Amino acid sequence: MSPVLNIQNIEKTFNQDTVNVNKALDCLSLKLEQGDYVTVIGGNGAGKSTLLNAISGTIITDSGNICIDGADVTKMPEHKRAVYLGRVFQDPMVGTAGKMTVRENLALACRRGEKRGLKRGISKENEDYFRSILADLDLGLENRLDTRIGLLSGGQRQAVTLLMATIQKPRILLLDEHTAALDPKTAAKVLDLTDKIVKEQNLTTLMITHNMKDAIKHGNRLIMMDKGRIVLDMRGEEKRKLTVNELLRLFEQKSGTVSDRMLLS
Amino acid sequence: MNYYSIILGAVSLGLLWAVMTMGVFITYRILDYADLTVEGSLVTGAAIAAKLITDGTDPFVALAAAFVGGCAAGCVTGLLNTAMKIPGLLAGILSMIALYSVNIRIMGKANITLLKSRTVYDVLENIGISNDIAVLIFAVVLNAALVGILYWFFTTQLGYAIRAAGDNRKMARAQGINTDIMKILALAVSNGLVALSGGLIAQYQKYSDVSMGQGAIVIGLASVIIGEVLFYRKGFLGKLIAVVSGAVVYRLIIAAVIELGMQPMDLKLFTAITVALALYTPNIKLKLPKPVFKTLKRREGVLNEPRAEYSKH
Repeated sequence: MSPVLNIQNIEKTFNQDTVNVNKALDCLSLKLEQGDYVTVIGGNGAGKSTLLNAISGTIITDSGNICIDGADVTKMPEHKRAVYLGRVFQDPMVGTAGKMTVRENLALACRRGEKRGLKRGISKENEDYFRSILADLDLGLENRLDTRIGLLSGGQRQAVTLLMATIQKPRILLLDEHTAALDPKTAAKVLDLTDKIVKEQNLTTLMITHNMKDAIKHGNRLIMMDKGRIVLDMRGEEKRKLTVNELLRLFEQKSGTVSDRMLLS
Repeated sequence: MNYYSIILGAVSLGLLWAVMTMGVFITYRILDYADLTVEGSLVTGAAIAAKLITDGTDPFVALAAAFVGGCAAGCVTGLLNTAMKIPGLLAGILSMIALYSVNIRIMGKANITLLKSRTVYDVLENIGISNDIAVLIFAVVLNAALVGILYWFFTTQLGYAIRAAGDNRKMARAQGINTDIMKILALAVSNGLVALSGGLIAQYQKYSDVSMGQGAIVIGLASVIIGEVLFYRKGFLGKLIAVVSGAVVYRLIIAAVIELGMQPMDLKLFTAITVALALYTPNIKLKLPKPVFKTLKRREGVLNEPRAEYSKH
């Protein structure tokens, strides 16, 4: 069986041939097997977001190959790749259409990667389903189907985005620091929800985080990035035994610096 | 002239312009930018309809052709914006300028009179209704039909996709929506409606002129904003009805100020000032004490949605 995600030697350089030249991805390779739940850590500018953007097609890589489920998607435009991917972004504003209602947003997500024709945008059976999955969130959203998403709080929006990313089971779930903009309590809630959904659907997941504790606590595999490369890849028992201190030590050793933001978390 | 016929005329004309206003609503509120193609495509519709009618084509067929011509103009703006990455406002300006030449080409001259030609309104007149009432009936039926069609269209899967693409491009792409195609489609529908409106107006005033589109975008924006402030409704259907009502109220206001003695040449200045003030209103709250702000809050949400959203966080 081919791996769910197979990245081979991808490179991406921003501002090529200028003084600001920035090699964001440097001959990076990564394989994800079915059910891998990988946390990604690394300092600012390590290439974490660029990696996710390369997978989602927001940026097209300069060289190398990206395969999802054995299909080569290296040059496939972002909106076509969406069929494989569920995505949640750092900014809660980005994942949902603020002027549309909760119901309309969920209905949009139901057809991710499918043809959108002249059939009703929403059907009756959708509605009961929406109510039940919203009720599972335990945020009182099941009675607010007709509320504009823009009126919800950041945490609520992020929770809905997570539902939207997984309502149509994705091959890979991409989470780009999706709790970084939330207060600690809400962040913990959204993370718990993430774990629950990933476990229920046995999703292959890639989650960027700046929080070392979260990186250790969640998932079954951890990768650390620096200067566009993967410098550490731990899994299973080895990962479970990690401590924040040990991870920090490894980080210093691999990159030679300590990120302020990582120390704080 | 008595007040009855002034009001009747204003309502009829308002309803004919309402068709254009729905087009402006699609770009301004759904795609979230003011599309200046309107100034050209309105005339394109008028030109196509006038030319075909004087050539002996059925006036209804001429209207359909006007719609298609507008769609084509919208597609061009859409391609300039998406395929050639020209900013929306500039893409609209380029189309508007280009259409000036195209419109004269269509008509073969700068204007065409329809005084001796049969129009869509004459068809109703033939069954024994006076001209004023015939226009009104035709306009009401047409607007009701268009509101119905647009409501249906924008609640289909495709309609949702267009709205999402206009609202949040990143989200739409992440959901597998080709935002470029959606933008082109919305611009085509929008300018099709604008051109249809041009065709209707030309037949109503019995002439088509290359400069009749001047200021159309401002009239459209004024109508959209008036509609939203006076008839704010939740839901897409309510918004469409509000927009149509806004276009009628705009014409009533214009009829009133002319009746009060304003010179017709000052109308564009008057409209521009009205729109500027309406766009400024949501920002006034910053300078007002709190109690006043509260009463303004509901309307503020209507006029400046993104601002209302951000203030929430």
